[in-house]
Order: sequence, then C-alpha cells, then structure tokens
Amino acid sequence: MTLLISLAYLVAAVLFILGLKQLSSPKGARNGNFTAAAGMVIALGATVPLLHFTTAGAVIVAVGIVIGAVIGTFGARMVHMTAIPQMVALFNGVGGGAAALVAVAELLHFGVHPSFSLVLPSVLSIVIGSISFAGSMVAFAKLQELMTGTPITYPGQQVVNGLLAAAIIGFAIAVLAIASIPFSFISLMVLALILGVAFVLPIGGADMPVVISLLNACTGLAVAASGFTLNNFALIVAGTLVGASGSLLTKLMSDAMGRSLANVLFGAFGQVQHAATAAAGAAGRSVRSASAEDLGTLLAYSQRVIIVPGYGLAVAQAQHAARELADVLEKRGVEVEYAIHPVAGRMPGHMNVLLAEANVPYEQLKEMDQVNDDFKNADVALIVGANDVVNPAARSTPGSPIYGMPILNADQAKNIIFMKRSMRPGFAGIDNELMFGPKTLMFFGDAKDSLTKLVSAVKAA
Amino acid sequence: MNNELLNELTFFVLAIFVGIEVISKVPTILHTPLMSGTNAIHGIILVGALVIAAGATSPVEIALGLIAVTLATTNVVGGFVVTDRMLEMFKGRQPARPSTPVDAKK
Repeated sequence: MTLLISLAYLVAAVLFILGLKQLSSPKGARNGNFTAAAGMVIALGATVPLLHFTTAGAVIVAVGIVIGAVIGTFGARMVHMTAIPQMVALFNGVGGGAAALVAVAELLHFGVHPSFSLVLPSVLSIVIGSISFAGSMVAFAKLQELMTGTPITYPGQQVVNGLLAAAIIGFAIAVLAIASIPFSFISLMVLALILGVAFVLPIGGADMPVVISLLNACTGLAVAASGFTLNNFALIVAGTLVGASGSLLTKLMSDAMGRSLANVLFGAFGQVQHAATAAAGAAGRSVRSASAEDLGTLLAYSQRVIIVPGYGLAVAQAQHAARELADVLEKRGVEVEYAIHPVAGRMPGHMNVLLAEANVPYEQLKEMDQVNDDFKNADVALIVGANDVVNPAARSTPGSPIYGMPILNADQAKNIIFMKRSMRPGFAGIDNELMFGPKTLMFFGDAKDSLTKLVSAVKAA
Repeated sequence: MNNELLNELTFFVLAIFVGIEVISKVPTILHTPLMSGTNAIHGIILVGALVIAAGATSPVEIALGLIAVTLATTNVVGGFVVTDRMLEMFKGRQPARPSTPVDAKK
C-alpha cells in the first residue's frame, strides 16, 4: 500500500513538472493548468488511505473542503478580470497560512520534546508561511484599494524591520533550543505576521505583481518545510518546485520591469521626494525592454492591434515589413489598423503614401480623429519609429514645447510596444513620458530589422 | 542524520534544479498565469492539512485542522480556477493555428 502511495506521489510530481513546462509556453498553457490539476487530484487521492479519521476529523475535513471549494470557485469565477492579481494574492496567502498551521498542529501533536529534525522545518514553515500569509493580505488590500496603493514609509522603517527580523531569528533559536515551552512558537508566528505586514507596506501598488510572485515562492518553501515535518514526499517535491520556479519567476518579472529585485522591494526606503518632478530627466530612469519572442507572443494573442507608424519607419523603409507583420497577425485573427497622425513622417500624407505603396488596404489606414477613441479598446499600440506624436506631455504638461499639439492616444492602449533605435528624444527634443509608463515595452533597433524579427516571432508563437 | 531525511534532502535539492530549469524560457506575457499556476500547485499543502485534520481529537487540533483544510482547499480550487480564467483569454478570435507560409489573403 505504501508503495502504491509513493508511486502515485511520483506520478503527481511528474504531472506538476509537465504542467509547469506547458504553462511556460503559450500553446500549451491552458493544458498545463489541467495537467497540474490532474497531478493534484492524484496526490490528494493517494493521501486518503494514509488518513485515520476520528469522527471529529471526518466532520472538519468535509466541512473545510466544502467551504474552501465554495470560496475558491466563487472567488475565482465571480471576480472581475481586472481584479485577478489580488485574487492570486489571496489564494497564495491562504496557502501560506495553511502551511504554518499544519506545522503548528504537528508540533503540538508531538508534545514536549520533539526531535530537532522535526522542529527545524516546523519553525521554518511557521515563519515563512506566516510572512507569506500576512504579506499577501496586505498586497490584496493594496490592489483591492482597501488601503492606499502608494508606498507607506516612515523614518526608521529599515531599523524597525531589521529589529523584527532579528527578533524572529532570536525566537526561532529559542524555540529550537527549548522546544518544551509550548507557546513559544505562537510568539514566533505573531512576530512573523507583523514582519509580513511591515515588509509589504513600503512597496507600491504597481510593484505588487513582483511581491506576490516572491510571496508565492515563499509559500512554496513553507509547504516544502511542512513536508519535512510530516515526512511527506509530495509536499516536499511540489513545494520545492514552486519555491524554485517562483524565485526565478520573481527575478524574471523584475527584470522585465527593468528593475532589480532589491530595487522593487526596498526602493521606497529613504526615498527623497522631489517637488519638481517635471525637471527630472531621463538620466537614470529605467524602461522595460522586451525580447522579440515576448512581443511576438503578446501580438499573436491580441484581439486588436493599432500600428502607429512614424518617421523612423519611413527612414528605415520599413513599410513592407510593417505590412508583412499585419498580414501574419490578420491570418491569426487579430484585427490590425494603422493610426496615421497628420504629421507622421514629417509631411502631411507622407505616411499614407508610403503604406499605400506597400499595398496596405486603405480601410486599415485611420486618421487621427477616426482612431483616437479606439486606442482604449486596443490590446497593443505598436509604435514604430514615432515619438512626439504619442507624447502625453502634449496633453498634460503646459510647459512642454509640444503642449497643445494633438496627439494619438496610444497611451490608452492596454499594452504599448515602443520600437525605437535608441532612447534619444524625438524631433521636439523632449523626453517622452510614455516610454517610462507601466504598460510600455521598449524594443530597440532599426525599424525594418525589428519588424522582421517580430514577424518571425509571431509565426513561431 | 537518518536515511529518510537524506532521501528527503535529495528530492529537495533535485526539485530546486528542476523547478528553475523547467520555466526558464517563459515569455513575459505568461508571467502572471505561470505565477498563478504555481500558486495552485503549492495548494498541495491540502495533503498536509488532511493529515493533521483527519486524526484531530482535542479542541485545539479540531480548530487548527478545520482552518487549515479550509484555507488549503481555497488555495487549490481558487488557484486552478483563476489560472484557467486567465488562460481563457489567450484563445484569440480564431483558434491559434500552426504557422503557415505567409501569403496575402486578398
């Protein structure tokens, strides 16, 4: 019987790994989720023969599963699409909480003098699980706007958080040394909960996805630690997989934002508030840049793409490459339009001519007034060699040289791909705030080369 | 160090390498769904919650077990359902086809 259970756990572990593999490519992503879910069903099913139910045990298991399934299903199904990140935070937090509680129960169960190899993983699970629980709840509250999304900082915050961490380590050592004190790990749990809150408070709402990913990795490790406590192979392997892949994913996510993880987590500490933000130049500011593969995937799975051609496209003679990209996208069912600014290409009508030469169908060419309301429904605004004609400073910054110039509302699209040769300012010689925007991905290079790369990337996606 | 612990450590270390390797090529657009998918997988803590809840006798054990099972089930069910909802969006208007040679469709 034990052999069968171990084999079932092995199958589950393999399914989790395959599921993760599929989840990291767009073609198999949805199946990957089913694969992982199948692994979960097998692991849970294999656990049933291990259980020796008391009457009370049977009741609480049934009640807990029903309540959890109802909350989980309704929470995940009913929530608005825009609120999905905070739901992930919530589901992550409860997992961390569960891991901590499992370790607590196991410690209580083993009474006064548990062995070191039991106490160490339990203590880790309690600390990490509690931090993950409390941190995720703060992340949820920030994203749900139950509290302010801006960083909450105060003088001496680093010192306070450092002291908290030190206190936790001190308590952890005490628990390890004198495990006979029954409620010492309760204090440990309380301290870890406080640290979880204190840790996430100074991080801004825009950085929450990275934080949630980090806490997700933490929950994975807490689960693995609980696995060591319970001597359960499934918990160790699945928890560690999540801990490891979650850590890498956290790094990838902060890289994609053009930031270091340390900058995301501790960036708000000791930050100096500049009154004259308008004066701040581009120097030292970071943009997010992306690979052709990433952008190809983004484009291929969009519903509606608006191409904003500019002078850079004309210079690079990239109009044929642009049309080729539009063709591949349309073959996949993506709706493509071109938004033509009156001064695109530096000459009224210049762009229309260039694109007509490349056999772009006339119906796809939209004048500024026709297309400006459509940007908010577009999945991607693909800016090819344009700059000033999409600079939001024209609307928002009275001191700017281009203030008052009518612009294309590319900033309202759900994603913005900004294709440019360099960070050099455009014709007007001013920085473009849009490049630093949270929805913007930069793709550097010659317009023609870049478009050709995107064509192959879309074909491969 | 006993044999069982050694085995467990072996699995732990190997799983670290597999976990890193298996997702290393994920495109940016899939970061959030992947995070959500791994989030559902650590719902495996439900296995642990079941183990401690099933044998509960004292009031403290019953309380801990009930809360742990509820939280863990929420993690598993919510995690998988919300990931599926995210990935639904990747369908596009037409089912994605394998790439074919490009020719103008007019």
